[in-house]
Amino acid sequence: MSTTNQIQNPDGSPEPEFPKEHYLNASHGLKSWLLTTDHKRICILYLVSISFFFALGGIYAGLIRLELVTPAGDLFQPDTYNRVFTMHAILMIFFFLIPSIPATLGNFLIPLMIGAKDVAFPKLNLASWYMYVIGASLTLFALVTGGVDTGWTFYTPFSTTYSNTFVTTVAIGIFINGFSSIFTGVNFLVTIHRMRAPGMTWFRLPLFIWSHYATSLIMVLGTPVIAITLLLVGFERMFGFGFFDPALGGDPVLFQHLFWFYSHPAVYIMILPSMGVISEIIAAFTRKAIFGYKFVAFSSMGIAIIGFLVWGHHLFLSSQSVWAGLIFSFLTMLVAVPSAVKVFNWSATLYKGSIDYTTPMFYALGFLGLFTIGGLTGLMLGTLGLDIHMHDTYFVVAHFHYIMVGGAIMGYLGGVHFYWPKITGRLARGFWPHMSALLIFVGFNLTFFPQFILGYLGMPRRYHAYPDEFQVLHVLSTAGATVLALGYMLPGFYLLWSLKYGKVAGNNPWKAAGLEWTTTSPPSLHNFESMPVVDFEPYEFYPPQYDSAEAAEPVTGAEPAPSTT
Amino acid sequence: MSSEAAAHPKGLAHHFETFEQQKESSFLGMWLFICQEVMFFGGAFAAYVNYRVMYPDAMIAGSQQLNVTIGAANTLVLLCSSFTMVYAVWAAQSGTTKWGWSNGRHIVLGLVGTLFFGSIFLIVKYFEYGEKFAHHLVPGHGFVPPVTSIDNPAATEIFFSLYFGMTGLHALHMVVGMAIMLVMIPLALKGKWDRNNHNFVEGFGLYWHFVDIVWIFLFPFLYLIGESVQKFT
Repeated sequence: MSTTNQIQNPDGSPEPEFPKEHYLNASHGLKSWLLTTDHKRICILYLVSISFFFALGGIYAGLIRLELVTPAGDLFQPDTYNRVFTMHAILMIFFFLIPSIPATLGNFLIPLMIGAKDVAFPKLNLASWYMYVIGASLTLFALVTGGVDTGWTFYTPFSTTYSNTFVTTVAIGIFINGFSSIFTGVNFLVTIHRMRAPGMTWFRLPLFIWSHYATSLIMVLGTPVIAITLLLVGFERMFGFGFFDPALGGDPVLFQHLFWFYSHPAVYIMILPSMGVISEIIAAFTRKAIFGYKFVAFSSMGIAIIGFLVWGHHLFLSSQSVWAGLIFSFLTMLVAVPSAVKVFNWSATLYKGSIDYTTPMFYALGFLGLFTIGGLTGLMLGTLGLDIHMHDTYFVVAHFHYIMVGGAIMGYLGGVHFYWPKITGRLARGFWPHMSALLIFVGFNLTFFPQFILGYLGMPRRYHAYPDEFQVLHVLSTAGATVLALGYMLPGFYLLWSLKYGKVAGNNPWKAAGLEWTTTSPPSLHNFESMPVVDFEPYEFYPPQYDSAEAAEPVTGAEPAPSTT
Repeated sequence: MSSEAAAHPKGLAHHFETFEQQKESSFLGMWLFICQEVMFFGGAFAAYVNYRVMYPDAMIAGSQQLNVTIGAANTLVLLCSSFTMVYAVWAAQSGTTKWGWSNGRHIVLGLVGTLFFGSIFLIVKYFEYGEKFAHHLVPGHGFVPPVTSIDNPAATEIFFSLYFGMTGLHALHMVVGMAIMLVMIPLALKGKWDRNNHNFVEGFGLYWHFVDIVWIFLFPFLYLIGESVQKFT
């Protein structure tokens, strides 16, 4: 299979050696990690912490699926079940998905891709991790002392007046975690604007950078809105203020508007970075420049901007006027356009590409299919009439899991596999990585496709008991979740194994294009030996000096200007 | 590494190439932070607008309970604090050493002035809040609607929730700013900032002015909306 020969050193030179000096051995001891301002080490800090929360959120998902094997609510009391699905969502959304790609791969790669020594504000970068840890610890505290039962949406007046769980603690935890998001966003925007190496123009930026630019805009402009919203809920619980209290004439729907003003764009915080990763993977393993580079770049911006204007599609059944519903429905259709531009352009890139079926490519191809299904079912939900039927059913659950798990997590895992050799200097490849991609794809579809049918048949979400006729589909779903869990656990083993036993990767094991592949793996403390100068276009696998008549083998991707030191 | 570090000028962080790059980065970062703050207060203002439309009478009746004179005087105090902040930033930019004072002392003069006016503002706010407690106008703590002749007297409690929430968050931003200034004063006296390297002072100036501008919006929205209308009883 082509997977074996394409990982060799391109010019047939002997096995690459592990670099002697790199960011991982630049300094030692716990303190050197906890006080690091190196963007690459902060990536590792985040990687460890979000993996923990992914596992924890996964355990809660398992509990949900276990309860739903039987029609009777026999595993949990209804109250407990409320807490289980709430904690599943809060952990997964706020403490895994939102930081996932930006805080790990984004942190690691943005300076490398644009030829900078670090992000613009390294201390702020470290502060963002501490904010994450503090926010996450508060949430963990609430979790072990009883959890929250409001659903991750904290709808008022239940969350403000009636819920007897730790709503305030979790709200403060998410509030503090918001700083982490904002710091990351500010850092990325300034870094992309001001830290680019000479010659790295806007249209030479990898698409990974463009999608992170769009993501950062949402992080900076959206996160403060959820912050103030949760703060108002906190004020109402702590001091008895009445912002949303119907007893005073307060407006609970106002909460829904404020909440979704952030929480819908938050979906794009999760999916846009994933789209960036997919662009990189598809370019590298088709050995082609992304078809319609500028369209893909601008579609990221389009998604970020239009994404801010569609929140009302969560309120079709919440006393919103029909006119507002029509407009939000129209805008929801509109946001599908840039998303579709991306999918079409990726497909066009695959066309006549020289495709390598590597593990990251399996994840990327999986992403393409799953994201398309998730996106199209999103359009169904965006239509006013259908939404009345589907609202609050498993159809919605299946839809957003296709986007968040089938899209965002597939992209995240694809990215982790793709950049693993750059981050650690060692390869994790072969049977087990392929197996994990396969298990996740099969398990995922088996888990969530039946939920589309369940929802269409009328199974509402957030119920721990259901009529007998739904049992077959629920059992299928739980079986799928088991396969999925296995697929998620596999990388934990072979990635750790590769740290010691993996083959040494060398600078550019995938023969990909881009500045990040021109430096050592793992990179040195300051990333590049000297300031790189960019004189090539993005995804330039066949630079102009390459004479097509001379060789049938593609060259090693883009080389930087010869270093003079 | 060591030769590189030696070649790197003092005051320029290791990952920047030039002072200009460092300066542009810190200002862009500060402006983005302010954008973020605008969205933060924007959420609260959105809630305000919502209730202003829903319960115009209750909002006006609530507003009429506030003392416009004190609010206006406090606005003036805050504008004075902005003036002294401008002095601190100007001193850092111009590197002035007139009166035989070091440049750091000039910066501190501006900061102390800002701290002084900021403190006056907060003290006045303290007495304003105290008066609300005395008149049972604090939401959630035995609130008694100040007027009964309007459609929904209970909604005046929403007005006072917004009043305490928004002015409280504004005051919190001032307290944070004043804490930062207390840290800045000894640093300025030690000569941390000079004509070429004072991004922090300028960035902080932006923050302080932003906090003032929030008040410039809060004052009319909370204090003045009941002025031209007949007083509810």
